[in-house]
Amino acid sequence: MIEIKNLDKSFDGNIILNNISTKFIQGKTNLIIGQSGSGKTILLKCLLGLHIPENGEIIYDGVSNKKMTDSQKTLLRREMGMVFQGSALFDSMTVLENVMFPLKMLTQKDEDEIIEKAENAIKRVELENAQQKLPSELSGGMQKRVAIARAIVMNPKYLFCDEPNSGLDPKTAIIIDNLIQEITKEYNITTIINSHDMNSVMEIGEKIIFLVNGEKNWEGTNKDIFSTENQSITDFVYSSELLKKVKKYL
Amino acid sequence: MSFFKPSKWKVLKKLIFKEINDLIIESLPIVVILSFFIGAVVSIQTALNLSSPFLSKSLIGFATRQSVILEFAPTFMSIIMAGKVGSYITSSIGTMRVTEQIDALEVMGINPLNYLVFPKIIALLFYPFVITIAMFIAIFGGYTAMSFAGVPSEAFITGIQMDFDSFHIFYAYIKTFLFAFILATVPSYHGFYMKGGALEVGKASTSSFVWTSIIIIIVNFVVTQLLLS
Repeated sequence: MIEIKNLDKSFDGNIILNNISTKFIQGKTNLIIGQSGSGKTILLKCLLGLHIPENGEIIYDGVSNKKMTDSQKTLLRREMGMVFQGSALFDSMTVLENVMFPLKMLTQKDEDEIIEKAENAIKRVELENAQQKLPSELSGGMQKRVAIARAIVMNPKYLFCDEPNSGLDPKTAIIIDNLIQEITKEYNITTIINSHDMNSVMEIGEKIIFLVNGEKNWEGTNKDIFSTENQSITDFVYSSELLKKVKKYL
Repeated sequence: MSFFKPSKWKVLKKLIFKEINDLIIESLPIVVILSFFIGAVVSIQTALNLSSPFLSKSLIGFATRQSVILEFAPTFMSIIMAGKVGSYITSSIGTMRVTEQIDALEVMGINPLNYLVFPKIIALLFYPFVITIAMFIAIFGGYTAMSFAGVPSEAFITGIQMDFDSFHIFYAYIKTFLFAFILATVPSYHGFYMKGGALEVGKASTSSFVWTSIIIIIVNFVVTQLLLS
C-alpha cells in the first residue's frame, strides 16, 4: 500500500499539486484520473521518486520517503515497475533482451536463471513467439505487453502505468487493462494507473482519485461514479454525447 | 545525479566495446578518405607556392608534415568528427530522452549518465588511434600527389624527416585527448538534457555540432598559446 499525506509540488512558483492525501490499496487497480494538465503525471513521478515534493510525505508500506536513506531509496526503486505511455522499450534490444535488462543490471543471477525468468514474464503476457523481435517490429499493443513483462520481471511491489492504453484500439486497450488487473491480483501488487480513458475507469477502477487543477476533487470506486453527486466528476466521466445518452438509460 | 555510481561491470564492458565499434572503428573509412585527399591538396598547394627555383622541393614534404601533424589531423579531423560522432551521440541519446528510455533507466534505479555517457568517454580514449591514422594517410596522400606531379620522392621524404621536433607530436596528442573528451561530453550533454520531440532531436544535433566545433577551436587556441607560443 502507498499512502500520501498533504503532498504539495510546484514548478517555478506554479502550484501543480496542492495538499493531496490518499491511499493506494494493495492488490487493487488504483486509477488517477483528470483532465490534461491536472497534475496526474507529476503525481505519478512524485510516487516514483523522480520528483521531490515540497511538502507532505509518501509512505510505502509503512516507510516514509522522508526517513529513507539514499540506499533505501535505490532499493525501493527496484521494487517498482513502470509501464510508460510510449512503452519506452530499448530500440536496439530484442523483446527478450528488453525483459532481461533489469535482471542483468540489478541482480546477481546467472544467465540461465535470467533467461528463464524473462521467458516466464514474456509467457505471462503471451508473447512467446515475439521473443527475438525488435520493438520496431511490434504493434503498439504488443509493445505495451513487452513493457508490462519488463515491469513485472523483477516481481515488483508497486506497478505504475502512465496512460497504458493511449494510442491503442478499443479492443486492444481492454486486453491491456485486463492484463494489468490480472497481474495486480496474481502478484498482489499495488498498481497505480494514470488514465483519462473512460473505459478503463469503468472496467478496472477499483479505487479512483480524480484531480482538478492539482487538487483531489473526488475519490471512490467505479461503482460510486454512478451514484455520486459530485458535478465535476460527473461532467468529466460523461463528457461525450454518447456517454450522456448511456447515462440516461442507466 | 552522480556520474560515478557504477553500472554492472559486465554490462558496461559490452557497452564500451559497442561504443568503440560505433565511434572509432566506423569512423575510419571517412577519416581515411578525407585524410588522403586533404594531404594531397595541402602538398599541391604548397608546391604551387614554392615555385622559386631557389627553394628546395623537400620543403613541400616539410610543410605537408607540419600542417598535418600540427593542425589538420588533430583539429580539422576533430571538427569533422564533431559532425559525424557528435551528431550520432546527440541524436541517439536525444531519441532515448524523447521516447522515455532514459526515464525508464532512472525508474529501474540505473544511473543513466553512467550507463550512456561513461562508455562513450572510455571509447573515445581510443580517438588518438584515429588521429594517428589520419596523420599517416594524409602524409601518404601528399606523397602520392607529388609523385604524380613529378616531384622526386626522395625530396618529399627528406622534407618529411627535416627538422623533426618530437614536441610537436606531444602537442598534437595533448590536443587530441582534449578534443576526444569534448567530442564525448558536449554532444552527450545536448542529447541528455534536451526537451521536446523528434524535431528537437534534430535541433539538438545541430546545436551540439556548433558548440562542439566552437569549443574545439577555442581549446585549440588556448593549448597552442600555452604550448607553442
